[in-house]
Amino acid sequence: MSTTTLPRPRTAPSGPGSRRDATVDLTGTGHLLRFVLRRDRVRLSVWTGSVVLLHVYFVGALTALYTTFEERQSRAAVMDTPVSTMMAGPGYGLEDYTVGAMLSNELIGWVAITLAIFNVMQIVRNTRAEEESGRAELVRAGVVGRHAQGAAAFLAVLIADVVIGLLSALVMIGGGLAVADSLAVGAAITLLGVVFAAIGIVVAQVTEHARGATGLGIAVLGVVYMARAFGDMQQTHGSWLSWTSPIGWAQQMRAFVDLRWWPLLLHVVLVVLLLAVGVVLASRRDLGAGLVAARAGRADAAPGLRSPFALAWRQQRVALMWWTAGLGLMWTATGTYIEGLEDMFEELSATSPEVLEMFGGRGQLLGGFISVMVVFGMLLAAGYGIAAVLRARGEESAGRLEPMLGLPVSRTRWFAAQLGVAALGTLVLAATTGVTLWLGAVLVGITDPDLGTYLQAAAAYLPALGVYLGLTAALYAWLPRVAAPLPWALLAFGFVVGVFGPLLDLPAAVTALDPFDAVPRVPVEAVTAGPLLALTALAAVLWLLAFVGFRRRDLPVV
Amino acid sequence: MTTSTSGAPAPAIEIHDLHKAFGSVNALDGLDLTVAPGEVAGFLGPNGAGKSTTIRVLLGLLRADAGSARLLGGDPWADAVALHRRLAYVPGDVSLWPNLTGGEAIDLLTRLRGPVDPRRKAELLERFELDPTKKSRTYSKGNRQKVALVAALASDVELLVLDEPTSGLDPLMEAVFTEYLREVKAQGRSVLLSSHILHEVEKVCDTVTIIRAGRAVESGTLEELRHLTRSTVNAVVAGDPSPIAGLPGVHDVVAERNGQGTRVRFDVDNASMSAVLRELGSLGVHSFTAMPPSLEELFMRHYGEAPTTRADNPAAAGAR
Repeated sequence: MSTTTLPRPRTAPSGPGSRRDATVDLTGTGHLLRFVLRRDRVRLSVWTGSVVLLHVYFVGALTALYTTFEERQSRAAVMDTPVSTMMAGPGYGLEDYTVGAMLSNELIGWVAITLAIFNVMQIVRNTRAEEESGRAELVRAGVVGRHAQGAAAFLAVLIADVVIGLLSALVMIGGGLAVADSLAVGAAITLLGVVFAAIGIVVAQVTEHARGATGLGIAVLGVVYMARAFGDMQQTHGSWLSWTSPIGWAQQMRAFVDLRWWPLLLHVVLVVLLLAVGVVLASRRDLGAGLVAARAGRADAAPGLRSPFALAWRQQRVALMWWTAGLGLMWTATGTYIEGLEDMFEELSATSPEVLEMFGGRGQLLGGFISVMVVFGMLLAAGYGIAAVLRARGEESAGRLEPMLGLPVSRTRWFAAQLGVAALGTLVLAATTGVTLWLGAVLVGITDPDLGTYLQAAAAYLPALGVYLGLTAALYAWLPRVAAPLPWALLAFGFVVGVFGPLLDLPAAVTALDPFDAVPRVPVEAVTAGPLLALTALAAVLWLLAFVGFRRRDLPVV
Repeated sequence: MTTSTSGAPAPAIEIHDLHKAFGSVNALDGLDLTVAPGEVAGFLGPNGAGKSTTIRVLLGLLRADAGSARLLGGDPWADAVALHRRLAYVPGDVSLWPNLTGGEAIDLLTRLRGPVDPRRKAELLERFELDPTKKSRTYSKGNRQKVALVAALASDVELLVLDEPTSGLDPLMEAVFTEYLREVKAQGRSVLLSSHILHEVEKVCDTVTIIRAGRAVESGTLEELRHLTRSTVNAVVAGDPSPIAGLPGVHDVVAERNGQGTRVRFDVDNASMSAVLRELGSLGVHSFTAMPPSLEELFMRHYGEAPTTRADNPAAAGAR
């Protein structure tokens, strides 16, 4: 393991004349590793199984769906558009778009996102979250080295990443794909996961809170993904920008087209560098501390801090601010890309107007781009909303709900405050998506469509977002112990449907489970009242159920 | 068990035959508890006896399975908000909002109940030596406890519900807390003080209810409970003390020779005291002390074997 070979960053105080052994800092890693594997056995298995199943489905469905050269090339034509390039990859092998080329071009990016989230969350959970809860103190008081907890967390996800890479490669080989290329993709998947595990190690040193560390890790993922997306859109087979991204490196291996192995070295070098940075940071700080020291605050509360709503807002406003700023930047950058689309339209209408017509002309293509970007914005907003509603659960299990309800504060008032702040934040993010996409387009001089169109596209999702929030709230109210996984699973499902649904030909009965499925894709589709009213009614029922359930149950359930 | 039978104002707390189960575990199994207005009631029991469950039922957080619970004359579940205006609660393990300072947390907790005199807050902060400008996440357990105590004591309420309020406080701060509790008592406010810190209960409580496995095993004023128990006698006598061991109600006799005579130490049921005193008198007493039982001993009678170490009891130390 690379951590064991890293030099100590500073001379450690030790007995006179004795040289301190760097491996002392890793004492107890083996025990902790077994503990992490045991503690997270369900999580690790579910993530591993999900990623492998994704491969099984992808390979199986594509092999079954695309049997002739013509069918495969029609998919290649779709993949040649900027929107698809943004969501897929640099487009190697589009000339002869085999199932392997599809997998290499389209699937690696999504697996990278999944594995990045998994690795960052898993590392933070076993390092910073342990420190924050005070459990790390108990462990570190034992015969356990300074870096043992980090190393154990890292080794545990490394094992999972290797298993995922290996099984995914076996699935590809089993599906009849070339052995060497399958193994290369498997190795790339593993190393992508490990890169984000190392990023997790670094971000866990920076902030005092696990939530902040996870957010920082996800932000890094966003930057890395966008770098690849813009690089690939700038130029066929990627520009220099694609090469700044570990996800880009994996795609640049050109698996199943013209395989090259050496980009994997970039991953390895990056992992070693990141771990070195992590070790240096970890050695310079105290247990439980972030890199930024806590300052003294005010002795008296601001006059406004006198209600459960004000408290919930106070607790969540910083996170919301970062989400808004981060997503705002990302969508502004995305919006500026519309200029590139315009260039492409002009080129197309000059060279092959029939292809432009095939995709429905400028309006349809541009509208398609906007509507797909809005789906992603709304999925992110839903993710924020779920996390915000589940903060109620956090308050309850941390023991902060009890003193609140020991005051003259009714359950309904407290719960309404929690849900109100969550809904407000979700609304802000939905509006931010629309406004900043438009802003990005305006910055490069594209004023048609106008702001109203962008906002309408986002607003169509508000009832469906209400369903996500209501479902999370109702689960929390009625089944607090199992409330967390279900909405997240539904969101992940909605993500898969949103990305792969049209391409993978999922049955309508399955896609209907996705709350976004019924939402009209403005501006490509017209707004229709029926589905929106149905979603609103469903959301209302879920919210009502949530309040009824919360009023009647025992508190706290821990 | 004492139940208030007078027709006077409604008891601050009146619990009768209360049951609460979590799955197959009976947390409360027919609990009775009464706190009269203006009374400081101790609520003693080991961990897991059901003290916090009782308090959560009283706060309307848990719904009882059977039995009745009345709080300040109202229904703790249905009238929770109105009742909470009239009480203050301090949990045993205080969790605070990590990004709020202690001062902000105190203001939030008190404002939600009603207006508070800022001078009272300042005085309490000074007495408890609490720095209100620190973020709550940097507080030790004792300091978090102080935040909850300051917020509760700053409010002008009829009833204080305190669940092991001094856990984590150092002895000096415990003394400050006891002082404030006496002040509360003098003002005629009611207190339910759950604890296993026995000397703190002994110092301020009028009545004590001892709870084990979800039911009250003993309840009454401190005098009444002492009446049920034994005293510890230390004496130096001239004659042979062995007949004392044969008297009814006498336990654990230890005797040793010293220069002046025989030092004898034993426990005696208070009901048998006069017979013992007659017998002692006939032996020629050089010195004599009789200690009332500490709550420590009361407690041990219900939750463990007879106490074997008396290190806390200076008069008895060295007697064995």
